[in-house]
Amino acid sequence: MISESLVDLSRLQFAITALYHFLFVPLTLGLSFILAIMESAYVMTGKQVYQDMVKFWGKLFGINFALGVTTGLTMEFQFGTNWAYYSHYVGDIFGAPLAIEGLMAFFLESTFIGLFFFGWDRLTRVQHLMVTWLVAIGSNMSALWILIANGWMQNPVGAEFNYETMRMEMTNFVEVIFNPVAQVKFVHTVSAGYVTGAMFVLAISAYYMLKKRDLPFARRSFAIAASFGFASIISVIILGDESGYEIGDVQKTKLAAIEAEWHTQEPPADFTLIGFPNQETMETDYAVKIPGALGLIATRSVDEEIVGIKDLLKEHELRIRRGIEAYALLEKMRRGDKSDPTIAAFDALKDDLGYGLLLKKYTNNVVDATEEQIKQAAQDTIPKVAPMFWAFRLMVGLGFLMFILISLSFYYSTQHNVETKTWLLKALIISLPAPWIACEVGWFVAEFGRQPWSIAEVLPTHLSVSTRSVEDLYMSLAGFIGLYTLLLIVEMYLMIRFSRMGPSSLHTGRYHFEQNHGGGAAIAQPQQAVKDQA
Amino acid sequence: MDYETLKLTWWVLIGVLLIGFAVTDGFDMGVGALLRVIGKTDSERRVMLNTIGPHWDGNQVWFITAGGALFAAWPVVYAVAFSGFYWALLLVLFAMFFRPVGFEYRSKMEDPRWRSAWDWGLTIGGAVPALVFGVAFGNLFLGVPFTLDEFMRSTYTGSFWALLNPFALVAGLVSLGMLAMHGATYLQMRTDGDLHERARKISVLLAIIVAVLFALAGVWIYVGIDGLVITSTINTAAAITPLDKTVDVAAGGWLENYSRYPVMISAPVVAFAGLLFTVLMSAANRGALAFIGSSLAVTGIICTAGFSLFPFIMPSSLNPAYSLTVWDVVSSHKTLGIMFWVAMIFVPIILLYTTWGYYKMRGRLTTAFIEDNKYSTY
Repeated sequence: MISESLVDLSRLQFAITALYHFLFVPLTLGLSFILAIMESAYVMTGKQVYQDMVKFWGKLFGINFALGVTTGLTMEFQFGTNWAYYSHYVGDIFGAPLAIEGLMAFFLESTFIGLFFFGWDRLTRVQHLMVTWLVAIGSNMSALWILIANGWMQNPVGAEFNYETMRMEMTNFVEVIFNPVAQVKFVHTVSAGYVTGAMFVLAISAYYMLKKRDLPFARRSFAIAASFGFASIISVIILGDESGYEIGDVQKTKLAAIEAEWHTQEPPADFTLIGFPNQETMETDYAVKIPGALGLIATRSVDEEIVGIKDLLKEHELRIRRGIEAYALLEKMRRGDKSDPTIAAFDALKDDLGYGLLLKKYTNNVVDATEEQIKQAAQDTIPKVAPMFWAFRLMVGLGFLMFILISLSFYYSTQHNVETKTWLLKALIISLPAPWIACEVGWFVAEFGRQPWSIAEVLPTHLSVSTRSVEDLYMSLAGFIGLYTLLLIVEMYLMIRFSRMGPSSLHTGRYHFEQNHGGGAAIAQPQQAVKDQA
Repeated sequence: MDYETLKLTWWVLIGVLLIGFAVTDGFDMGVGALLRVIGKTDSERRVMLNTIGPHWDGNQVWFITAGGALFAAWPVVYAVAFSGFYWALLLVLFAMFFRPVGFEYRSKMEDPRWRSAWDWGLTIGGAVPALVFGVAFGNLFLGVPFTLDEFMRSTYTGSFWALLNPFALVAGLVSLGMLAMHGATYLQMRTDGDLHERARKISVLLAIIVAVLFALAGVWIYVGIDGLVITSTINTAAAITPLDKTVDVAAGGWLENYSRYPVMISAPVVAFAGLLFTVLMSAANRGALAFIGSSLAVTGIICTAGFSLFPFIMPSSLNPAYSLTVWDVVSSHKTLGIMFWVAMIFVPIILLYTTWGYYKMRGRLTTAFIEDNKYSTY
């Protein structure tokens, strides 16, 4: 049997590398469009300041982008290195969006990012503008395809098990692409990226305003980010609500865990605003409830019920029992019995095969599972409720905080008096980490809430791992953590350094540090100038 | 298109992606590997980096896409090879981590220690993957110690150190040498002055070394390494797994294809002709032609490896019958068909805009240009 610690370490490694990768992705998604908007303003007005904005924010974009590319490499290969059985079992479906992502999105984004940085003197203005837009479109298309892949893990449509090849195979590609879970996730995720980009530009521009430097530059950057951010934060919230509404079956369990919905309530269900979920007693202690709100949000009706965890458990236990029968039939077929009645009997039960495979954690033969093991496997289908409950509330809370900040920024920016609102500028700077935290906990809710499945109801996580030793995992984990920590320190160092220097880092002679100190010496020594200021 | 034709087509397409990777990202890796060898001053190194500056990221996508295409078209290979070659692949990834950040961050600070550290990073990022790819290919010829159970779960029993055997190291040196040579011919096209002269000399030297090592590997396979032959009839048009055949070990088995399909001899011929052409054109100071020569050599060498193994992809030394072949590692008929059309549509588009990018950035870079643009270049 597969060792539990191998599974746990493989999950930890995937979680760390994926969450780390996603520190860089949202800023790329958002900032690329902000750059495209700034450059459009440059091409339309011909004002130099807009070109400087593209170049300066582009510098910060590049520092971030380099690590996005670096850490993205890991993601493309880690399914093979650490999740080999997963790769075999669902590669027929899951591999396709990954390959298409390369062909349709990565090539576009990566080819034009080179021209974005190096092409200023080689391309016409309009050509360069087109290049910038293609970078933005390319990076957003990559999000589309990877979320189609991820959406399929949550809600595996358009595929069927083939007992001869021992894997899932694609039956309908269109269903995979237009998977409702994937589509909703895509728009929610990219909007979160746009908010991240906007918060980034707002906070750093706020810093220049507080320092009273490069004001025309900061003001224009602030205004573009505020309007772009305002549209984005509204779309994040609306589409987040939409993701609550789009629920497949495993999403039902996820929803129940997020809301600590232990019992099926009379519709419309109450919404637990806050409380302390207790997995042992299956109750939420000290719950503060809003009557009827959950039913309205999740079902958009007053009479549809939301299934509670206790009822889901009963249902899952039944499916595990059917899964055992499906597994027995599969073994029969693998041994050579391919008679029509066997195949027909298997086909009737094969949707529950995945539930049978949950028992592989306890017994290799599945069919000889004891009652206790079946109960245990059913318990496994419910993720830990408390972390889900709290992570979700943290994400939503941060979302509303950013909604308030961005709305105010947008409002005062239209009133042309945002520079006088120093409390808002300070709040923006302090809140800079908010979008990153919200993105990371959002992914935690989505993926931790999918457990114990790697592919919902099809393939349990513990079966998906590669056959490697625990020592291999400790060593590779150490390698990733060591290198990623080193790279993060370097990245943060450069990011902070160039943010502080501001547009003076372009060495055009037009900005703060090159003027205050006058003459050529200051231009040659901008780093020193920054140190003096700091 | 029928299943059998699609299986063969995907063998060709994976080959095209690998060659695309080696011909484009290959010269980036070669430039990285040579960075400290022929770039003597900071400005010269910056020239080298800036010749590939606008292109390395797009080129690297050939690598990523080859990984994605393996996943989509050959999921069994993706699963068995990457989990088996765990440490080799992680070594490649860890080394490649230093490239995007190295290019982007190196010249952002003036401190010589900072720049020197990143130069080492870029050297590792270029040389290590080039070496490991060759080592991995070498081990395919020797057979890889993996097996499959009845549910298609693979287990690999070898260690990382066992990969570093003499034959595989020769293959690794062929790969490192050819990509370094390819980087040098690229630099011949894109630089001038002392750097250009050094690139010319090292192109000649590397082409000769690669020719010798490549010939040595060929002789070694002929006299010292057993090949595999499928002994059962395979239903190439059906959905089958690697568990469904029998295989025999045969001396000289890896060269049988050349008598069965004489047209395959063209691959080693192109390889040697490309190497010769590289030597002649570098000596004659015709950089662009030398680059064509090294591109042909790279293509010929990769095709030679693929043709020799055909229809095998990843032979198993533990249980040769379970070796992975072109016929039994593929995705379903439907997925192969969809992915075929996706590739047919997008690869030409990619080639079109990539070519436009190179065209726009053409010309030689000089140290004077770098010094005039020191804040906006790598």
